[in-house]
Amino acid sequence: MAKKEQSTAVDATKIDARIPEGPLAEKWSNYKAHQKLVNPSNKRRLDIIVVGTGLAGASAAASMAEMGFNVLNFCIQDSPRRAHSIAAQGGINAAKNYQNDGDSVYRLFYDTIKGGDYRAREANVYRLAEVSNSIIDQCVAQGVPFAREYGGLLDNRSFGGAQVSRTFYAKGQTGQQLLLGAYSALSRQIGKGAVKLYSRYEMLDVVVIDGRARGIIARNLVSGKIERFFAHAVVVGTGGYGNTFFLSTNAMASNGSAAIQMYKKGAYFANPAYAQIHPTCIPVHGEYQSKLTLMSESLRNDGRIWVPKKKEDAEAIRAGKKKATDLSEDERDYYLERRYPAFGNLVPRDVASRAAKERCDAGYGVGNTGLAVYLDFSAAIERLGENVVRARYGNLFQMYEKIVDDNPYNTPMMIYPAIHYTMGGIWVDYELQTSVKGLFCIGEANFSDHGANRLGASALMQGLADGYFVLPYTIQNYLADQIQTPRMSTELPEFEQAEKDIHAKIEKIMKIQGDKSVDSIHRELGLIMWDFVGMGRNKAGLETALEKIKAVRHEFWTKVYVPGVSADMNVELEKALRLADFIEIGELMARDALMREESCGGHFREEYQTPEGEALRNDEEFSFASCWKFTGEGKEPELLKEALDYEFIHRQQRNYKS
Amino acid sequence: MEKSINLTLKVWRQAGPKVKGEFETYKVDNVSTDSSFLEMLDVLNESLIKQRKEPIVFDHDCREGICGMCSLYINGHPHGPDGEITTCQLHMRNFHDGQTITVEPWRSAAFPIIKDLMVDRGAYDKIIQAGGYVSVNTGGVPDGNAIAIGKNIADEAMDAASCIGCGACAAACKNGSAMLFVAAKVSQLALLPQGKVEAAHRAKVMVAKMDELGFGNCTNTGACEAECPKNVSISHIARLNREFLSAKFKD
Repeated sequence: MAKKEQSTAVDATKIDARIPEGPLAEKWSNYKAHQKLVNPSNKRRLDIIVVGTGLAGASAAASMAEMGFNVLNFCIQDSPRRAHSIAAQGGINAAKNYQNDGDSVYRLFYDTIKGGDYRAREANVYRLAEVSNSIIDQCVAQGVPFAREYGGLLDNRSFGGAQVSRTFYAKGQTGQQLLLGAYSALSRQIGKGAVKLYSRYEMLDVVVIDGRARGIIARNLVSGKIERFFAHAVVVGTGGYGNTFFLSTNAMASNGSAAIQMYKKGAYFANPAYAQIHPTCIPVHGEYQSKLTLMSESLRNDGRIWVPKKKEDAEAIRAGKKKATDLSEDERDYYLERRYPAFGNLVPRDVASRAAKERCDAGYGVGNTGLAVYLDFSAAIERLGENVVRARYGNLFQMYEKIVDDNPYNTPMMIYPAIHYTMGGIWVDYELQTSVKGLFCIGEANFSDHGANRLGASALMQGLADGYFVLPYTIQNYLADQIQTPRMSTELPEFEQAEKDIHAKIEKIMKIQGDKSVDSIHRELGLIMWDFVGMGRNKAGLETALEKIKAVRHEFWTKVYVPGVSADMNVELEKALRLADFIEIGELMARDALMREESCGGHFREEYQTPEGEALRNDEEFSFASCWKFTGEGKEPELLKEALDYEFIHRQQRNYKS
Repeated sequence: MEKSINLTLKVWRQAGPKVKGEFETYKVDNVSTDSSFLEMLDVLNESLIKQRKEPIVFDHDCREGICGMCSLYINGHPHGPDGEITTCQLHMRNFHDGQTITVEPWRSAAFPIIKDLMVDRGAYDKIIQAGGYVSVNTGGVPDGNAIAIGKNIADEAMDAASCIGCGACAAACKNGSAMLFVAAKVSQLALLPQGKVEAAHRAKVMVAKMDELGFGNCTNTGACEAECPKNVSISHIARLNREFLSAKFKD
């Protein structure tokens, strides 16, 4: 059946994901049984750089140090514990089947593939499901205080895209607790001297010698000094690039620069267009706004989403002349319940987001900007009582009230979609190795596992799977051949050149001395991305975006103003360097979205939809991961394709109406 | 309801760790009461950049109250006047038109100033590195459900574990003590069977490291608990003391 589904339109691919032979369920076991290992005395002689200390980076650095490798670990924050994994709320999936509700490794694999709208690699996703259970065991052993039932066993909750309860959680702070678990393991290795930690350091380039990654150039953010670091292998786990949109649920320092550095050194950037827009965030409320706050998806269990039925009412509300509570039941349009009777308010994230945008674009939005819809709990409060609603969502209601200064028990919440996660990223093979030898990419930074849409509670699973249980194995298959390679001097010409290039770039930026702040240009980029490369995309809009991004790039390189000096702490310079790369990513996203003439998961091309307005995939022509290869500054990147052969799963159209 | 207020800010400026710092006064007009405190500082920084001046340096990252990166002593309170939140969640509606706001960095011997409002909290990491963990390697661990843990115990451990490591406790303490921070971790792990094995040893090495790094002693004033943005209870300090004593008896 594999060959039947394989598309004929996909070019003979130049890309080999190096997936092991054998039946799906045996691939990972076979791989581990036959891979090369490094013996303990050789491990001591091998250095590994890990950039990032989120779930993926911290777990990888800790695990590899425990095995005996020398690890150098970098983070841009003041402490590894602050990586943005810490902000994940809901939970982490695993196929434990503790609830006896029919879960299995296969079912978690299947749900993840389907949730990704059949655009992920089967073998990787199966492995992810396979190691998911070990993650839970590991975290429990570290002292992660997962929620428990009264009998003392682990509790689970349900999440979108699944018919079973497989999500483990620690209050609404699961990401925090998992990260602190990984951080504790990492701290133990730092204490032992097995990991050398570099905090407040930012990677500025990867150094490639004879086709292999051999180190990085990093900037000490406190002193401004540029420094060189050698390693036998480089691992990058620096998260996603959602901040290309300026406003997102990402942290302020989250950036895509490491990805662009790898891309420019020969690593493919895969599926850049796949970005997830989360439907329930607190809306933009002013021009000074710096970030968007997510309100957990769980609210849609009891909240009903609506806008006014009549435009006049929406206008009156925007002008402050009417309130939500002034509108009677038949003056409200519960548009999700109207359009999707079977799933109602619980349609998947991408569908709910697009529907909100559609209503607001049509002039029915509320809030002072008109870019908000109501999430109303009055029916739930009437049905269950305020105390039950408080017990379920009290902390979220409190967070909302602190930000918005509105009491959601009395008046509906206002919400609007926001960029939340990027499924695209640096292409990696089955071993998590990029197209540059010795350069590995883990966690959200890589493109694997989630296809075109990520399910809730799967990001934490993937980050920790990569870091604890996949990379520490696969990297040995590479390092086994490196045991004869001595430590190299950072005086080598490749290091010299890389540092020289960075100095030149920094000086170029410092010399512009224009009249635009970094943030003001970033905001412009964000608006372009949101308007043309956001929830609804079309050919004309994407072409416009490419033009406008070009203009933003020009503006940046001629008008940006960075105060201070480069050889000192300089926050504006840090932001400027990141923005230069966000501009590149924005262009790649638009280019990829323009190329992909189909709708799938988070990528919605308005030209390609069913008569009911649903995403319309084109498996004949687009069943591939798009891999963009850098061909030089100012030149168009080359598109390579990794064909996605579905050997084990039969692809279907998703349906939420009936 | 959104409105605009005008403020006077007295902000601590210090070019580097060894340079003398001083308060600088800024007028900030038309601040939206719906903006957060850090967004107000963003606006001030934008205007400083426009005037070709160096913006104010302060730590911040997630801006949703969980990463622990933001700090700031605002009108004498760590994380400002509002309760149970970090500075990034503090909104300008907590201030009134014409008010003067004093903004300082954490003041604690163990948190040296790096620049302006940014301090070095590496000491907290060093305390964790000394023993704030369960000594377990990746792999080879029992099934997650192999050891039952009572719900109340798990919940209490979770409350202790909610510490975000921001440093407000030490900054609020007149002795500059890190006891609440240390106690939160010792208590979380001592409550759980997985961490119980090393509990006494952990208390001993973490307290020793805390002392070594220049944090002061605890005299039970409770300022830490009052200012903790995550409501970590001072009762965890009692559990830390128990574990510490038990370690001493074992010696």
